[in-house]
Amino acid sequence: MSTPSLHRLSWLKRYPLLGPLFGLLFVLGLFEIMVYVRHLYSDYPTEPWAHFFPLEPRYNFLTAYTIGLTLTQTVIVATGALGMTVIIVAGGIDLSAGSVVALASVISAAILRSGHSSWLAALAGILSAMLVGAVNGGVISGFRMMPFIVTLGMMGIARGLAKWVGDNQTVNYNFKSTEGVNILMNNPAQLGSWDVPLWVPPSGVIVLLLLTVVMSFVLNRSVFGRHVFALGSNEDTARLCGLRTRLLKVGVYVLGGLFIGLAGVFTLARLQQGDPTVATGLELEIIAAVVIGGASLTGGVGSVWGAVIGALMMTALKSGAVQMGWPSYVQEIIIGLVIVLAVGVDKIRHRGGS
Amino acid sequence: MRLRLRGIEKSFGATRALAGVDLEAHAGEVLALIGENGAGKSTLMKVISGAHSPDAGTMELDGQPFAPHQPRESSDAGIAMIYQELTLALHLTTEENLVLGREPAKLGWIDRRRRREIARAALETVNHAHLPLDVPVRELSVAERQIVEIARACASGARVIILDEPTSSLGRADVQNLFHVIAALAAKGVALIYISHFLEECREVAKRYLVLRDGRSVGGGVLKEIDDNGLIRLMVGREVSELYPQLPHTLGEPLLKVEKLAGPDSKPRGVSFAVRRGEVFGLAGLIGAGRTEILRSVFGLDQASAGSVVVAGTPLRFGRPRESLARGLGLLSENRKEEGLLLNRDLADNFTLSRLDTVASRGFVSRRRQLAASNELIKRLDVRTKSAEQAVGTLSGGNQQKVAFGRLLHQQATILLLDEPTRGIDVGAKAVLYRQMLELAQTGCAVVLVSSYLPELLGLCDTIGVMCRGELVAVRPRDQWDEHSLMTAALGRE
Repeated sequence: MSTPSLHRLSWLKRYPLLGPLFGLLFVLGLFEIMVYVRHLYSDYPTEPWAHFFPLEPRYNFLTAYTIGLTLTQTVIVATGALGMTVIIVAGGIDLSAGSVVALASVISAAILRSGHSSWLAALAGILSAMLVGAVNGGVISGFRMMPFIVTLGMMGIARGLAKWVGDNQTVNYNFKSTEGVNILMNNPAQLGSWDVPLWVPPSGVIVLLLLTVVMSFVLNRSVFGRHVFALGSNEDTARLCGLRTRLLKVGVYVLGGLFIGLAGVFTLARLQQGDPTVATGLELEIIAAVVIGGASLTGGVGSVWGAVIGALMMTALKSGAVQMGWPSYVQEIIIGLVIVLAVGVDKIRHRGGS
Repeated sequence: MRLRLRGIEKSFGATRALAGVDLEAHAGEVLALIGENGAGKSTLMKVISGAHSPDAGTMELDGQPFAPHQPRESSDAGIAMIYQELTLALHLTTEENLVLGREPAKLGWIDRRRRREIARAALETVNHAHLPLDVPVRELSVAERQIVEIARACASGARVIILDEPTSSLGRADVQNLFHVIAALAAKGVALIYISHFLEECREVAKRYLVLRDGRSVGGGVLKEIDDNGLIRLMVGREVSELYPQLPHTLGEPLLKVEKLAGPDSKPRGVSFAVRRGEVFGLAGLIGAGRTEILRSVFGLDQASAGSVVVAGTPLRFGRPRESLARGLGLLSENRKEEGLLLNRDLADNFTLSRLDTVASRGFVSRRRQLAASNELIKRLDVRTKSAEQAVGTLSGGNQQKVAFGRLLHQQATILLLDEPTRGIDVGAKAVLYRQMLELAQTGCAVVLVSSYLPELLGLCDTIGVMCRGELVAVRPRDQWDEHSLMTAALGRE
């Protein structure tokens, strides 16, 4: 009787990924139109809207080059978002992600500087982030503390550690951009060895794509993944059903740390130096990407594909704004609006459902 | 005539929630509103409270046309709702709650003296002047909070008070107390609408009844002139001749032995009992007697402080729900919304959560097998749902409970610890669960049934134990009990 029937559910509800995907396409389309319109009116700089459509030679937003660039710039946030999705779906949050990205990249850089192999450096960076995750998860489940508070504390601790390891300055090392982990974030064309067009994205994008496929599978199909959803949906029920909730929580933060550490390695590969002050506020961008992608901060809902789309949407907004020549404050305002809008739209979408 | 509804209809998309409801509530009288879950009671309440606007039909309040567009209009007109889930601000004091939203003020500052007067008067109207005014309401018992909620309705000048399943979490003494309050309010000229599944409660508190079925009012009149069978026939549209099916089952050797089990706060206090294979073992008692605590510490959700639990001859370690599960124990929580179910996940996840390994291979869940297992359970338990992929939270209470119970079937529990399995669910769902319990007993499972509903215990159990203040005061075969002796024992007067 009062049970709503499934076929009355809109297909947006049945395929929740479509929402963020439409959002992304909308943003891309909008910039495409705006860039084109600006081109049309560029001969009439006295028009009142000339301020918003400043002169620029290019009149196409969706070029292979900008798409490749957007993908490259998305990698760091999206990789972090893979880990953050797991944490948020499990009903947690990790505010220390930005600091841990810095810590991981500084530790990797320090190991590179001492002459070790680049892959060992990457491994060390990732392991350090997983260790931080283990501490976060251990404290949260061991002392039954709020994830918000614990990771807020860790945000400061990890940032401090990063500065300590880097002796309060950037860690520079002698390493060619064509070697080791550095290839992750560099355009294969710039590596010089292969004959590829300039727009081909670097291998980091491929790595991200593969990891997203794997994580989507792990979250949706593995026993661990279903347990993560159950934990975030209702911890008491999870306990009732015999799940090892405490261990599970630690595992969630360790897995999250793996991706946050990897984001740190990507950051290092991009900057070519370990900067302990890098990625300040990155955690909020990551959380925003996850939430734009349809996750609920109360747990039990979320998808890694959504999170990647969310990250893409934010990068597209940024690079679009740059191409339009808008000042950075406009970018900030727009991204803020989009976060609130995305979650607001999601709320309306789910209204009446339960 | 205080409140009169004529031909109320309301649809949500293709679903017709109300298909013509006539209702008359008189001042100074209690009307029992009876119907299965999903019969449209809650929608009707939402129409009266202004949360929904009806598609058709009229409402009159004291002879004046009444068409509230939002809850505020309805409460201003003097209609108050007391919901199953109480709506008090737990951190505020009794006094603050009593005037919440209607604080007496001068120039924006609370008039504290006036507030106290209003609060005192409100508690006096419901004969509970002794309740503390300066204590946060979370310190009060559930029963006391409910009284505060009713007092708040009175303080707002309610002319019609609607109580939705008010006794579902109360013990017998608190229920009696509540009935006195209701009678007192009726005597003061308030019209009350009392919604409950418990027919004998309705008879006790109300004079007239109205039965809803499939969104229609199908019958009404004076309760004295109709028997329970007649009411049930109206509710379900069919005869429930075998609500408590008599399935022959033989009792085997003891499967679960609880010895001198004790928990914190003397709940339980050194309780011993044994449940045999094929036995339905009932635990009666008042709310707070320690029945829930026994189940939780046996299962390992709460830490027992002393005693032992032996399953099929081997001791069970305390505080390890995972191990208990592996040993064949299954617990149905008394609180399906807060503990029993993942409300925003689908049926398939909820059915299979405690034994995902049975639908997985090498750590990965096979959605196909998960759905197959779920569909089988949906059929077996007659769960009313469109598919196994619907969120459990969208089902009606009875169907939610079937899902929670279905999880125990999926994990193939052989010792079922059922905590108030039929609380707040409709007759149809009850019948399904009763039959399942007895069928499980037939196959040699041990069922421990905690219930505050005595007819249910007497209708199903082979053995009934009565708890009183943390102690198991008496364990006897069913035919040596009746409602009166169970209640006497539960009150500790045996």
